[in-house]
Amino acid sequence: MRRQVTIWNWRGWGPVRALAIAALTLIPLLVVLASFLEPQPEAWSHLAVYVLPGVLWNTGILIVGVGLGVLLVGVPLAWLTAVCDFPGRQFFSWSLMLPLAMPAYVLAFVQVGLLDFTGPVQSTLREWFGSSQWFPPIRSTGGVVLVLTLAFYPYVYLLARNAFITQGLRAVEAAQALGYTRAQAFWKVALPMARPWIAGGMTLALMETLADFGSVSIFSFDTFTTAIYKAWFSLFNLPVASQLASLLVLFVLVLAAVDQRLRQNRRYAAKNFSPVRIRLQGGARWGASVYCGVVLAMAFVVPFIQLVVWAHTVWQEDFDGRYPVFLLHSMWLAGLAATTVTVLGLLLSAIRQHHRDALTQWFVRLATLGYAIPGTVLAVGVFIPVAWLDNQLITVAGWLGWDTSQILKGSMLVMLLALSARFLAVAYQPIDAAMQRITRNQGNAARSLGLSPRQVLFRLQLPMVRGGLLTAALIVFVDVMKEMPITLMTRPFGWDTLAVRVFEMTSEGMWDRAALPSLAIVLAGLLPVILLVRKSESGLH
Amino acid sequence: MSAIRRSLLAPWRLFLLGVLLAGSAGAQTVTVYSARNEQLIKPLFDAYTQETGTQIQILTDKEGPLLERLKAEGAKTPADVLITVDAGNLWQASQMGLLRSIKSPVLNANIPANLRDPKGEWYGLSVRARTIIYNKKAVNPANLSTYEALAGPEWKGKLCLRTSKKVYNQSLVATMIATLGEKQTEQVVRGWVANLATEVFPDDNALIKAVAAGQCEVGIVNTYYLARQLEKDPNLPVGLFWANQKARGVHVNISGAGVTRHAPNAVGGQKLIEWLSAGKAQEIYTDKDFEYPANPQIKPDSIISQWGAFRMDLINVSRAGELQAAATRLMDRAGYR
Repeated sequence: MRRQVTIWNWRGWGPVRALAIAALTLIPLLVVLASFLEPQPEAWSHLAVYVLPGVLWNTGILIVGVGLGVLLVGVPLAWLTAVCDFPGRQFFSWSLMLPLAMPAYVLAFVQVGLLDFTGPVQSTLREWFGSSQWFPPIRSTGGVVLVLTLAFYPYVYLLARNAFITQGLRAVEAAQALGYTRAQAFWKVALPMARPWIAGGMTLALMETLADFGSVSIFSFDTFTTAIYKAWFSLFNLPVASQLASLLVLFVLVLAAVDQRLRQNRRYAAKNFSPVRIRLQGGARWGASVYCGVVLAMAFVVPFIQLVVWAHTVWQEDFDGRYPVFLLHSMWLAGLAATTVTVLGLLLSAIRQHHRDALTQWFVRLATLGYAIPGTVLAVGVFIPVAWLDNQLITVAGWLGWDTSQILKGSMLVMLLALSARFLAVAYQPIDAAMQRITRNQGNAARSLGLSPRQVLFRLQLPMVRGGLLTAALIVFVDVMKEMPITLMTRPFGWDTLAVRVFEMTSEGMWDRAALPSLAIVLAGLLPVILLVRKSESGLH
Repeated sequence: MSAIRRSLLAPWRLFLLGVLLAGSAGAQTVTVYSARNEQLIKPLFDAYTQETGTQIQILTDKEGPLLERLKAEGAKTPADVLITVDAGNLWQASQMGLLRSIKSPVLNANIPANLRDPKGEWYGLSVRARTIIYNKKAVNPANLSTYEALAGPEWKGKLCLRTSKKVYNQSLVATMIATLGEKQTEQVVRGWVANLATEVFPDDNALIKAVAAGQCEVGIVNTYYLARQLEKDPNLPVGLFWANQKARGVHVNISGAGVTRHAPNAVGGQKLIEWLSAGKAQEIYTDKDFEYPANPQIKPDSIISQWGAFRMDLINVSRAGELQAAATRLMDRAGYR
């Protein structure tokens, strides 16, 4: 009886615990929401007639297109490299993660540069045939969808692969034993069982698509986020921009709720490894290699070569002694952020597992919304409360005889908290997908053996979600290295990173000169990718 | 190695110990928030430090976040000077009460009246002219005249424009509103849109390449982008035409600076801006960056001097800021993306 009471008490703390983490996102979100205190009817009536219809249509198309795109590219690649055997499988299984290290805006710029009218492809075609009129325009809806798909499919690939490696083949074997063909087994058993992972990867890809500004502006493709920045930078109306951003967040929240409802009564508990792979035969063998090769070439190899060429031309002019420092800053920041955010993501997921009440679930959802807010808007949402708090502290410091103009601002702590607000979703999705693998029976058994929640976390959950943790840390690491607005806004004076360098160059349209820091970001991103692959292959076989 | 360690630990130390550059360095340091990117502004600051011994701290970001940052920091801001690459954002900063009026005979003498704020809150330091370019193989420059004429039916399918989301186009249209009025300007913009050869471009560089490749015959760009490309490839078949020379002159914007309202070192900030408005600094603006010096006593560099002198629109650049939102709404209505 006494134990039951303690358990209940502990359970009652769920919302509070979730809120403690969600506050990181909620505070900037409230700053954004506060914009509704200043109604802007004039600006709204202009936007509603001339801007919003077009951008809503475009955004809808982009979500559907990129959503389907990342599924069609990410899931087959994950299945092929996780459970099948074909020439080059081992190479592709890790190299297909590489595009993650390529910032989407860089990929967009390179692909547009190559495939647009003035690019080498069409120029050559004109030399050969006199005209390139028939060539499909890259700066079009199809072009944006293609490039964003190539940029964001790794989220689905990484998470789905995690699922297939740990359960895929066993599921197929079991289904085949029950009389299904292999194809039926894939569609009816393996795929549905991987759903939380696939949905998690897709959520990340779509949130990033919604918040993207850099890539779509290279295509001059206007989305909802374009309208947000138009209101702020062109109409000088930050309140309207914030109000629009709030609507974007609301939309993502609804999507998350719908997704959760759809998944509500399913359990995804299974964890079986199988060392045997499906050996593809005949045409399928080489078909698989070609498919993997084409995706890898378009998403990584070709843009990588272009970056190397550009970097080569500006190398002597731009490379200086500061670059090792930029690199070090980037990796240090990304490493600290990856650790912090992964721990927060794990805690959040553990809290959600223990507390099934509605309030906790809502706080968890709110905590992961930062990824869908356009970066610069979130950066301001973070900075305003920090500056306010700082001003109070500075006043107090002044009484104590310490004359200063910043205490919290420009500190690593604030940088890390701000980055956590942005990237919590990125860590949470893979961890929570893995967490759903742990059966309730396992948890109950552990608890009935007298383990405390903390012991359950360390002895049961932590070992079982190791793959998810590694995936989370990798994605956050790479994402932080690419991140610009929050780094720009919260960094200390003179503490520049590679992404800051990219910003400096691209802000004046000098894309070839941005190649050097971009290339450094890609190369630095390779290290954790390779590390992750090593770990996942050795640990799970 | 210890330098590396120090560099990585710096932010922690700032937080834990409060060893602050701004705090400790005091009056010898000037802190600048700059929307002009680091590699364009740093050579100037290095020269200033060498000459005067004053250290300069830079923080770069986009204009929007910098203004919000200044606003949030309020009276406790470490920033002394705000630098932007357009008049619109300086005007906006002034509207938000983020700048202070300075009485400087030096600046008033060096910078022409149309390139500075009438209230003395900000000053133009370099001039960015936005004019017409054409493909030399396809266009006889005798057929070119004004921005407005590019809306005519003879340019159907031959015009390239950059996106209306870039402030340079917003200020061009804003000054057109100031001279022609909303109605006539909207007609012109509609004409431009009808004449577009292809989707609008995200930046001037891509637009210049499209004109060079013959995707379109004419376009409107800032001259320094063309100078940069000509420096790399002198045979680029792109010519420059000074627009509207018979009447109001070429549209110009500025990159400029102002002293912040709560500057801890306002005197140092003003000295820096005064230094930027003359002599060596003005030469760097034009020699290295191919912009036009705001100070008329300084003569432009050789690559851009081949385009000769031009008549510039003498309307005060602050009007571009005032009318920027109206210009944006007008372009939305006209379907100019």
